[in-house]
Amino acid sequence: MSGDDQHITEVSGTGVPIPGDDVDTDQILPAKFMKEVTFDNMADYLFYDARRDDDGEFNDHPLNRFEGASIAVVNSNFGCGSSREHAPQAMMRWGVDGVVGESYAEIFRDNCKSLGIPAVTADHETVTELQEWIEANPDGEIDIDVEDETVTYGDTVIDVDIDDAMREALVDGIWDTTSLMYSNRSKVEETVADLPYAEGDD
Amino acid sequence: MSEGTLYDKVWDRHKVTELPNGQDQLFIGLHLVHEVTSPQAFGMLRERDLEVAYPDRTFATTDHIAPTEADKRERPLADDQAEEMLSALERNTDESGITFFGFESGKQGITHVVAPELGLSQPGMTVACGDSHTATHGAFGSIGVGIGTSQIRDVFATGCIAADKQKVRRIEVEGELGEGVYAKDVIMKIIQDLGVDGGVGHVYEYGGPAIEALDMEGRLAVCNMSIEGGARAGYINPDETTYEYLKGREYVPEGEAFEERKAYWESIASDADAEYDDVVTVDADGIDPLVTWGINPGQVIEISDVVPHPDDFEARTDREAAEQALDHMAVDPGQSMLGYDVDVAFLGTCTNGRVSDFEKAAAVLEGHTVDEGVRALAVPGSESVRTECEARGLDEVFINAGFQWRRAGCSMCLAMNDDSLEGDEVCASSSNRNFIGRQGSKDGRTVLMNPAMVAAAAVEGQVADAREYLDEGPTGGAGGVEEVAD
Ligand code: SF4
Repeated sequence: MSGDDQHITEVSGTGVPIPGDDVDTDQILPAKFMKEVTFDNMADYLFYDARRDDDGEFNDHPLNRFEGASIAVVNSNFGCGSSREHAPQAMMRWGVDGVVGESYAEIFRDNCKSLGIPAVTADHETVTELQEWIEANPDGEIDIDVEDETVTYGDTVIDVDIDDAMREALVDGIWDTTSLMYSNRSKVEETVADLPYAEGDD
Repeated sequence: MSEGTLYDKVWDRHKVTELPNGQDQLFIGLHLVHEVTSPQAFGMLRERDLEVAYPDRTFATTDHIAPTEADKRERPLADDQAEEMLSALERNTDESGITFFGFESGKQGITHVVAPELGLSQPGMTVACGDSHTATHGAFGSIGVGIGTSQIRDVFATGCIAADKQKVRRIEVEGELGEGVYAKDVIMKIIQDLGVDGGVGHVYEYGGPAIEALDMEGRLAVCNMSIEGGARAGYINPDETTYEYLKGREYVPEGEAFEERKAYWESIASDADAEYDDVVTVDADGIDPLVTWGINPGQVIEISDVVPHPDDFEARTDREAAEQALDHMAVDPGQSMLGYDVDVAFLGTCTNGRVSDFEKAAAVLEGHTVDEGVRALAVPGSESVRTECEARGLDEVFINAGFQWRRAGCSMCLAMNDDSLEGDEVCASSSNRNFIGRQGSKDGRTVLMNPAMVAAAAVEGQVADAREYLDEGPTGGAGGVEEVAD
C-alpha cells in the first residue's frame, strides 16, 4: 500500500486571527455544504455564513482580510460540536497549515492530526497578543516549531504546548494511522478472537 | 488514572497494541456508516487499494440527507447532490459487502436510533461512527466515539482507530424526577452544571438513582448529549433494564447464547470499588423542565428561572458568549423563556426521536391543536419508530393536532434535506444543538427542550410549561382519562 507519510517539524507563513470561544464546526463549515462526495471544494465554504453580509457580499471577516495566510490563531474550545472532518479539511484547503489556539475540541484536534496539521496551544494572553500582532502585521511571518514546541513571530518566541501523540506523529512522520495500524493485522485478529461478541457471530 | 471502570475494561478488551506515537490501537466492534461522512473515506480507501477489513461489523443507513416526505423519496432524489451521496453509499456498501438499511428495508433511520433498536449496540462493545453523537450507544455500557473521515478510513482499512485513553469522570445524579420531567432535562441539567467544555479530556460515566431509574430510551437521550458537554463519550453501566431491552432484538443472540453474552455484559460493568479520576454529583431532585435561552447547549435554564445576566458568569469567555447569545436570540437578562414566541415545532432526532418521545408529546397534544402560526414537524427517528407509532395510533394524534407526520431522518436537526428554518424563525426543538445556523438559517433561533415541551410550544405558539397539559382532565394525559373513567 502507499502511505503519504511525511515529517512535519515546522510550519510557517502569515497569520489569520479567528477570534471567539466555542467556535463550532457548524460555523466553520455549515452543513448545507456537506452534500458533496469529495472534499475538493470545501475551501469555498469555509466560514461561509460568517464571511458574508445579508446581501451575500464579503464582509470584513478575518478570512476575507488575511487571504493567503497559513497559520490560524484561535481561542478556546475551537472546533466543538459536530465531528465533521469537513471543517479542518476546509481550513487546510483554504491554506491553513497550522493552528495556534487556547484549546480545541477533541475530535477537531484528532482530525487535524489525521491531516498533518499541527494544532498547538498557549494561554489566553499569549494567544490574544499574537492575534493583535497579526492585525498590526498582516504580512508578518509566523513559525510553528513542532519539535521545539515554540512559536516565533517578529522578535518574539513563545513556548507552546502540543499534545504528545500529535507531536510524535508529526515529527516522526507517522501521522498516517492507516499505515501504522495496517501492519498489525495479525494482532487485530487475536484481539477479535478474544471478544465474546465478535467471533462466531450472530 | 481510572481503574476497574467499564471504560477501563472495555478499553483493555479492545486494545490491540500501543502504537509508536504513544496512542493505543483500539478495535472497533461496531462501525456505523452514513452517507455524509463516508464517501470521502471510501475514496481514500480506493486510492490506497485497500478493502473494508470487517464488513460484518459494519452497518450503514441514510439519515442526514434523507427526504422526510414520502413522495420525495422516489429515486432519483430531486436534489442532485443528495442523490449522488445516496447512490455513492449504495454502491460503496454493495461493493464492500456491508449491510445497508435503505428506504425500502423498513429499517432506515438515524444511525443512533437504528443500531440500538436492532440490538446492534450492545454492552461491552466499542462503537464508532463518523458522527459526534456516537456517544449515544454508551447507554448500553459501551464506548461510543465520534470520528472524522480519515479515522473512518482507518476503521474501514484496519477495523481500528488510533486513540488516546481519556480520564473517567463519574457523574452521580441524585434525586427523583417529577412528572413531566425527562431524561433530556437531566442531561441539560448536567451540562448546565458542568459546562459545554467541562467534559474535555474525559468520558462521562453516568450513574446514581436518577439515571438508574431511566428506561433505555431515556438513557440513550442522556448519553446522546455527552458531546454537548465536551465529553468524547458517555456511558451507563448495564443492568436489568439494559438486558430486558436487548432480549429478542434482531441482532441479539437467543436462548443459551443470550445467557453467555449476558455474562460478558455483566463482567464489564464498573466494579463497586472502581477508581475514577473524578467524581461529581448533580442534584436532579425535583428539577423543572429545562430550555435553552442561548446559542450553545450550556446556555440553559429551568423553565421557572429567568435568562441570566452576562455578569452572572465568572469566566470571561462565558460572559462574552452570553452577550452574543442575548443578541442572537433577542432576549433580555431577567426575562422568562415562558411566552417566547415560536414559529416552528420540531420533534425527532437521535436525542428524542424514539417511540416514548412521541408518546410524551402525544400526551400533551391529545385534544389540542397546533397554534395557527406554527409549522409543526414530527419526524420519527427511524422507520421502525414510525411504524410502531402508527401501530399505536400516535400518528393520528399528531395529524389531528396539526403536525406533519414524516418519514425518518435527521431532518431539521441540521437541515441537510428540505426541512429548514427560514430567516430568523424560532424553533422549539427536541434536538441537541442550538448553534447559530444549525437548523439551516444563519439567523434562525433554536430553543432546545424535551419532547413534551415541544408539543406544548406547538399548541401555544410560544414556550410553555408542558406539565400544565399533563393533569388536566378527560382530554389531557393518560392519567387523567383513567381517573375520570373511575
Ligand atoms: S439527528 Fe441531528 S445530531 Fe443526530 S445524527 Fe442526525 S444530524 Fe446528527
